[in-house]
Amino acid sequence: MFVARSIAADHKDLIHDVSYDFHGRRMATCSSDQSVKVWDKSENGEWHCTASWKTHSGSVWRVTWAHPEFGQVLASCSFDRTAAVWEEIVGESNDKQRGLSHWIKRTTLVDSRTSVTDVKFAPKHMGLMLATCSADGVVRIYEAPDVMNLSQWSLQHEISCKLSCSCISWNPSSSRAHPPMFAVGSDDSNVTYGGKVQIYEYNENTRKYSKAETLMTVTDAVHDIAFAPNLGRSFHVLAIATKDVRIFKLVPLRRESTTTGPTKLEVQIVAQFDNHNSQVWRVSWNITSTLLASSGDDGCVRLWKANYMDNWKCTGILKGDGSPLTGSSGQPSAMSTVVGSSIQTSQNALNGMSAGRIAKRASFAPPLRQLTSPKINQSPAYY
Amino acid sequence: MEEVDVEPVVTNISGIRPGKRMGFAWGPGDILVYETQNKASGPTGSGCAFIHVVRKDEDIYSPILRKLFNESHHIFVGLQTIKDDLPSKSKKPQFVSISRNYRSVIRACMEELQQAAGELLTKYIHHVSILLAIELIWNLCEVLFIDAAPAGSLLLHLLDWVRLHKSDVDEKAKGVLQSDSPAEHRDYWDVVLSYVLQGRLEDTRKMLMKQAMLQPAAKSMYKLMDSLLSKMPFYNPGGTQTLTEFDVKWRNWHEEVDRYLKDNSFASNQHLEVICKILLGDEDVLLEHKELLSTWYYFLITRLLYCHPTVKPTELHYYAQSSMMMFLDSGVPEPLDSILLAAFEFDIHQVIKDCSIALNNWWFVAHLTDLLDHCKLLQSHNLHFGSNLREFLLLEYASGLFTHHSLWQCAVDYFDHCPEFGRVYLELQIERVPLDTERKALKVLRICEERQMSEQVRSICKIMAMRAVRNNRLGSALSWSIRAKDAAFATLISERFLQDYCAKGTFSDLDLIDNLGSTMLLSDRLTFLGKYREFHKLYGEKCFSDAAKLLLSLMTAKIAPQSFWMTLLTDALPLLEQKEVIFSAEQTYELMYCLEDWTFLFHSFNTNQTQLALARNLASAIVKEGTMQT
Repeated sequence: MFVARSIAADHKDLIHDVSYDFHGRRMATCSSDQSVKVWDKSENGEWHCTASWKTHSGSVWRVTWAHPEFGQVLASCSFDRTAAVWEEIVGESNDKQRGLSHWIKRTTLVDSRTSVTDVKFAPKHMGLMLATCSADGVVRIYEAPDVMNLSQWSLQHEISCKLSCSCISWNPSSSRAHPPMFAVGSDDSNVTYGGKVQIYEYNENTRKYSKAETLMTVTDAVHDIAFAPNLGRSFHVLAIATKDVRIFKLVPLRRESTTTGPTKLEVQIVAQFDNHNSQVWRVSWNITSTLLASSGDDGCVRLWKANYMDNWKCTGILKGDGSPLTGSSGQPSAMSTVVGSSIQTSQNALNGMSAGRIAKRASFAPPLRQLTSPKINQSPAYY
Repeated sequence: MEEVDVEPVVTNISGIRPGKRMGFAWGPGDILVYETQNKASGPTGSGCAFIHVVRKDEDIYSPILRKLFNESHHIFVGLQTIKDDLPSKSKKPQFVSISRNYRSVIRACMEELQQAAGELLTKYIHHVSILLAIELIWNLCEVLFIDAAPAGSLLLHLLDWVRLHKSDVDEKAKGVLQSDSPAEHRDYWDVVLSYVLQGRLEDTRKMLMKQAMLQPAAKSMYKLMDSLLSKMPFYNPGGTQTLTEFDVKWRNWHEEVDRYLKDNSFASNQHLEVICKILLGDEDVLLEHKELLSTWYYFLITRLLYCHPTVKPTELHYYAQSSMMMFLDSGVPEPLDSILLAAFEFDIHQVIKDCSIALNNWWFVAHLTDLLDHCKLLQSHNLHFGSNLREFLLLEYASGLFTHHSLWQCAVDYFDHCPEFGRVYLELQIERVPLDTERKALKVLRICEERQMSEQVRSICKIMAMRAVRNNRLGSALSWSIRAKDAAFATLISERFLQDYCAKGTFSDLDLIDNLGSTMLLSDRLTFLGKYREFHKLYGEKCFSDAAKLLLSLMTAKIAPQSFWMTLLTDALPLLEQKEVIFSAEQTYELMYCLEDWTFLFHSFNTNQTQLALARNLASAIVKEGTMQT
């Protein structure tokens, strides 16, 4: 892997969250400088900041995009005990020429009495809905019934999780077999308080969310949580960032039609990695849920992949080396060499060919073997 | 199955201090990383960070390799459509031909890369060496697995394989032959020996002739060597000779050569003696020429050629292992060596596995595995998520293509041919294709519609409709809503149209509204919009009675929005005030009923004028209808 480019984020303080939009052409960043910036990617791959504005009166912890079906909408949450919803307004033509856009606040959600630690939009099939979680241990679910009027949001559910919440993740599955579900993690560090991950499920009959499961084996503070995209599976996969990286499989058990409670879930641990050897702060899945990334206090971002036998392995590590940024962006190390030959030898092999030769069947020699092979530098495609 | 264990690669990020926690965000084809810290409660004043865009060493962005992806895509699709009813055996020539197609695409790519001049060459060297290795492996797989030659032919195919990949001898030979005195060229004997090592005995003889001419004293020795070389039997698969018969013949020849060696016929000429020993498959002598052989697999083939030309496929692995050990001595085998060894051991799964680990692009393993699967050479393992190895690799490969702005279209075909998960992967990823232009959106839509991916169609149309509404392009928004079959949104946009009309007195996007046809039935409001516009048209064309009829039906059908009722009544006024009676008595009664109904709601509204007009019209209508025409 290589660094393709580095963007000067221009925030005046720490960045706490970066979020790509659905199509990967825009991103939003938020910071302790209380502002949010929106960036647009141009055709040549360069990022330009098209909006920057103060959003809260405290550090902004998270920023997230709604599905483009609802337009250009962002939500942010902050230490100032509020969450806010923002919509982009199509500006004047000269603004567009200057590459600027305006975002206006549609609503402020002020119900929390403590820092709002996470905000996430629900899967689009549920309409325009979002969930917030706070340090006061309450998850709040809001809905905007009229997609064309984003100033009207109503608090639909208020769920007390009893423990200070740090992160929330919606189950992205839109299958009819799966009722709406979210997982919430707690960063409460007292291990005697039991499971730090709770799973809630919506009940059609009671029209309420009820707790389906508590992951009792997760007793340390949880900093991040992420459901994997559902690829037509009958079960759910959940990644957790705690003192290590854990991946759980939640299998809905078939139940009698007479029971009215939430689906019984069988919890299985799929993998547990302590390679970070420190607190893990973020976990996130890529779009096809084939790769999981985690970051920890060891200063690394690790990439995890399962092979076709469902064995998980670390396939890559990103770490800061403290070297100063050079002016030019990095060069790819090209396709990995299988034979480990040096460039010199390959050069010789190629020099043997005259450029002007046009043979019917071009024949080449595999590079000469080195007696001491250089270290193989490659990213294994772990299958 | 032992696994080649590879340590995860570490990528260093400049501009981030070591040990500092990083935040990250997954994007299409990349991951963004940035330095961050504990959730401090307030500003920390520690300045901003850079956000670094990290990507895999993606070959899909290389323009020359793109051809490889595009052309192999064609071959792949062709392979999938081969009829399944014929038994695998008779399809073998087809599979071999497809395998050769793939290989020629690889070679074409290599040639192009080679011809890249200047600084690009250094960049492409690694690509070339990878492609070389890929083609080498693929060719061997073709020989061993797909063509599956039996003993006799097997060696001949392997000989071809080695010759194809070790042809620097031709360059050297050219240099030697073009010199003034070839036999005295310093590479001369290297060329001769190389020819012998490759079993190119005709060429050897021609070369030796030149030396023979320079040494008339040793004429008889050269003649003897020439004779031995000419008599070496080669198996002819198409001929009438059986393998056993060939074996006997070969042994006889072998013994003859041995006799001449033992009675020192070549003792005075060190070079010829070496050749003689090679002909006898003397391993020590072969190993003395490692430089010329350059690889253990070349050594293997030469060994087989001169020791055991009737080698059976099942015996290969033994010779391969020992050759590798002998050649590499104390050296550690490299990934390529392990892969080739696994091939010689006919361990297809190991080959695929090792290739997956050693290469960072799924192209090779995906296509090769697919081909091998078609040849029914892969045992189906029961995979965890119910798919098989072929599908797993194809899904990985195609997913990688999807982030590319044009190659994603090739990826669609790959997903189509993954029966278990292809569809769900496609559904997930096609939604993410950026809809930069209407044209691109239509392209994506077509693909979804062809596959009855109705949810994706709806979603894409909705996104486009929303975008249009935000940019106040109501006509575009409306047509996208109609395409999405989104009644609610169509209603919304129709309302906007009607509001616009109320505000401005005219309609925008007349073309669209006029040509709605049956699509206007999508929503009541939309129907109203369409019909209302029709009313205006009729009125404009002075078809008053038709217009009147339509207007009345709009009112009575109750599809008009409440906000519009007064407008409709106001529209009726000019019709009522025409000199000619347009509304019949009955129609007038209906209008009156409507007004009565609505006045209830519009109690503040002044309807006097309308009531008056209606009354007058009623009177005229009654008179008209009561009058006999004479």
